Amino acid sequence: MTAVLAIRDLQITRGPRVIVEQASLSVARGELVALMGESGAGKTTMLRAVVGLEPFAAGDVDVDGVHLAANGLPRGRTLRALHTRVGIVFQFHHLFAHMDALHNVWLAPVHVLGQPRAAAEARARDLLALLGVDGVAHSMPHELSGGEAQRVAIARALAVDPPLLLLDEPTASLDAGRREALAATLRHLAAQGRGVLIATHDADFARACRSRIVRLALGRLV
Amino acid sequence: MLLAAADARAQPDPRPGSAGRPAAELRWGGDAEGGAPFVEADPNDPTRVVGFDVEVASVIARGLGRTPRFVQVAFTSLDAAVVRGDFDVGLSGLEDLPARQARLAVTIPYYEFREVLTVREADRGRFRTLDDLRGRRVATLGATLAYELLIKAQAELNVDPVIYEDDVHPYSDLALGRVDAVVLDQVLAERGARRNPGLVNQDAKLAVGHYVGILAPTNAGLRDRINAILRQAMRDGTLEAIFRRWGMWNEDQPRLYARMTGADTIAPVSIPERGAAALSRTEALALYLPALLRAAVITVMLSCLSMALAVAAGVLVASGRVYGAPPLRAVLTMWVEVTRGTPLLLQLFVLYFGLAAVVQLPAFAAAVVGLGLNYAAYESEIYRGALEAVPRGQLDAARTLGLTERQTFVLVRGPQAFRLALAPMTNDFVALLKDSSLVSVITVVELTKQTQIFAANIGSWVVPGAMCALLYLALSLPLARVARRIEKGWRRG
Repeated sequence: MTAVLAIRDLQITRGPRVIVEQASLSVARGELVALMGESGAGKTTMLRAVVGLEPFAAGDVDVDGVHLAANGLPRGRTLRALHTRVGIVFQFHHLFAHMDALHNVWLAPVHVLGQPRAAAEARARDLLALLGVDGVAHSMPHELSGGEAQRVAIARALAVDPPLLLLDEPTASLDAGRREALAATLRHLAAQGRGVLIATHDADFARACRSRIVRLALGRLV
Repeated sequence: MLLAAADARAQPDPRPGSAGRPAAELRWGGDAEGGAPFVEADPNDPTRVVGFDVEVASVIARGLGRTPRFVQVAFTSLDAAVVRGDFDVGLSGLEDLPARQARLAVTIPYYEFREVLTVREADRGRFRTLDDLRGRRVATLGATLAYELLIKAQAELNVDPVIYEDDVHPYSDLALGRVDAVVLDQVLAERGARRNPGLVNQDAKLAVGHYVGILAPTNAGLRDRINAILRQAMRDGTLEAIFRRWGMWNEDQPRLYARMTGADTIAPVSIPERGAAALSRTEALALYLPALLRAAVITVMLSCLSMALAVAAGVLVASGRVYGAPPLRAVLTMWVEVTRGTPLLLQLFVLYFGLAAVVQLPAFAAAVVGLGLNYAAYESEIYRGALEAVPRGQLDAARTLGLTERQTFVLVRGPQAFRLALAPMTNDFVALLKDSSLVSVITVVELTKQTQIFAANIGSWVVPGAMCALLYLALSLPLARVARRIEKGWRRG
């Protein structure tokens, strides 16, 4: 299996505080990995570093051949390449509040990849259908339930077809039945050949995903 | 008549209201901004006023056995203030106009003046009368005889009147070339030409007018006693001495005094054959409504252009303060604080008159720039707050999707900030609509100024005030409706 994400000796600091220390981790294509740990263990920070939102002090991060350097955020060509290789679903989704669900999904393909609007919109509809939320395509984010918003956010992250998908605490706003459905969806996305990395503190969910489990405690992988 | 005058001199004020005061006062109103030779602060003691009107007031007070006390009132408010009872008699180079005769108790004239044309030295041979000024800009002071003269010339000769709120800037703007001539009375004209080298007064007499004192219409008794005192002062040379002291004595005055002391009466001068005050309410309305509507159009154009400038500049300043480097942020912050922290009126003066030596903006352009930039400071604060209110998480999401900083601004942050800003922006637009009345100080005649002129000419605020208020409401109410409709549309998604 080829690694779509390879993290070696990652160290993230904020001032004198060490958030993540000496963390190494890899995710292969078609693999589901659950990054587990208590709240505040540094899971979210690690995901943010992988998508270029958080600088790191030392170590290597490789996303499907795009190498991120320590100290400083990725820019220019590296940044553009990174965005086609990794998508992220935030814990609170962060859908664009002034656009309907469909527009949230086709925005990046049109404005970042330069796809024609009609084609991007058709693919966005397919993605919403795949995730079972095509019924709310024209709803505004504030009209969606937590579960619907999450699925729209997954569709948005998948719109540029990245080989790696990150999810931050995806079960925070879901009941048991919906957790099961989400696990099935993620298994399906992994089966299509994507690497999926889930930051969660929910062991049942990690098991339901049949994922490989990596534990992060006090910023160290154990 | 002589007896009456002697009585007035000898007896103290018999009014019951003033009986308790040891030395009754004569409260007389004037505007010290009018300056010499009328009324001005004494250069040696700014708490005192000096001028020929001050001395005329003293003569009257002495005649009444009272002590004169000066009450400062803005020139254009003198008529309304005397009716309110803010002072007993107004003396401030006030012209004998039909509107005053109709609404107030007016004294006999105590000085005769000519309306004269002032031009630049180079134009002395070219612009001799108003006939030579077809299509040209001619300045004057609002609500004066000269103003009526120009309004008539506008209709008959297509002269373009430019209305000032003071009598200093018409002459300085003439010297700068902003206007081609000034029409005002010879007292002001001589002062204007003295202060601005290169200006000359033409000899032609455009009209003749008189200075009078004004009293409340209920105060005709006091007016008659003042008339007696003035006649006595004409006979015994007291007035001549005053006007000689101020260099204003000329051959017109003895003729005027001869007629006054001969119990002759002089009709108030009105340039249109029938003065506005002689018209009925409906006729006055028909006469002024088109002018008010034209002024309302100026107000709308001015407000829309200023708001467009305020929004554009506000967006740039807000963007600079949110995205810019620290030195740029510091400069923009300072600009916002200075602009918000100083009066708009002052900014308009500086822009139009203060910078005239460097850049001569046309009045309307200066008004748009002044109002627009002043409001830009407020708009930029609204936009900055709105930009910062867009959740960070959405900006992170935009970045991870690969949107550039500019795309994030245009597609995500800007549109949401605009929605947050719309309600305060509508508020500001309504405020700007009303603040646009301040630009009359730089000669733009908009709705409020036109109303003021209307009110001064018919001598009442009731009808003009109501019409002006209705026009402002007609402009501002639809604005609020449109804004509400847009917001509703957004909520529906």
